[in-house]
Amino acid sequence: MTDRASSGKRNRVFLLACLAIALLLAGVVSSYASSEPDGLNKVAADKGFDVNVQDHDLDGSPLAGYATSGVDNPRLSKGLSGVLGVFITLLLGAGLFAIASRRSRDSGGPGAKGGPDPARRT
Amino acid sequence: MVTRLAKRTVEVPVHVPDGFIDAPLSVVGGVIATVGVGVCLRGARRELDEKTAPLAGLVAAFVFALQMLNFPVALGTSGHLLGGTLAAVLVGPYTGALCVTVVLTVQALFFADGGTTALGINITTMAIVTTVVGYGIVVLLRALLPSRPASVVPAAFVGALISVPVSALAFVGFYALGGTTGLSLGGVLVAMVGVHVLVGIGEAVITALTVGSVVTVRPDLVYATRSYEQPLEIRHTEQAA
Repeated sequence: MTDRASSGKRNRVFLLACLAIALLLAGVVSSYASSEPDGLNKVAADKGFDVNVQDHDLDGSPLAGYATSGVDNPRLSKGLSGVLGVFITLLLGAGLFAIASRRSRDSGGPGAKGGPDPARRT
Repeated sequence: MVTRLAKRTVEVPVHVPDGFIDAPLSVVGGVIATVGVGVCLRGARRELDEKTAPLAGLVAAFVFALQMLNFPVALGTSGHLLGGTLAAVLVGPYTGALCVTVVLTVQALFFADGGTTALGINITTMAIVTTVVGYGIVVLLRALLPSRPASVVPAAFVGALISVPVSALAFVGFYALGGTTGLSLGGVLVAMVGVHVLVGIGEAVITALTVGSVVTVRPDLVYATRSYEQPLEIRHTEQAA
């Protein structure tokens, strides 16, 4: 029991440390990243297969281009968008994987035919 | 037009935008991605439990953060992590491909990075191809290297290194069948693979550093070391007793 509790605490500490590093990378270090075009876009421009490129459908969205609309300072704007991106990705990822792992436990059990909802109601 | 130019100079988008590849091949990419994600959702059931599900969400967030860190690879050119090998080594190949898929989807829908109709192409080349190639090489090398957790670090290095030019090759495949510009295929192929050999070196270094750190601190949380876990756990219990 205590073993399990302490391993649960260890996991939480490890996950929080990883989250802190991810936030630091996306929020602060990202401002010092290279702003040159990446391999794909550089080759596209050099070779010329970018001539038919279209504007992104969501170019006007609040975080488009890794910039936070309404924040003028470029470092703050990019860093804030990175921090928000980390949380959005974490929420969507954790949600998806929680559903996927719950499904695995349900289908493993004997009375799994009714799906997750009836099981949760009981 | 003015706003478009202003937006472009704020930050360079890094994934395949709409307009590089025509509509039919974008649909093909969408179909491959949909089937691939379906396969991964089935496969991920075997990899995920209460303990690893939150970790997998965090790996996705970590890959998002790392993808923002463009590093210089040549004059006027940068590269960034794709993350397929890294995610696959940490949480398993099926879950790993889903991690990168979540990242690419968030980038396309929230950050206007990677076209919405090109999302299938981006998922196919950067989530599916990288995990299949990268993790395949890891499994191969793991069989040849000594049976200890640290062996996954060089294996991940080589897997990541090769996964990136192969991903670029997959893009050239899409371009060959559905490129919107009739350029010499050989030129595009040589340039894409050439640049991405360099990007692969950065991918390999970042992947090995990250996997090495996690293997040092929590080897039990690295999926690719699971086959070594049993002897380690026995030794640990003996010491505790």
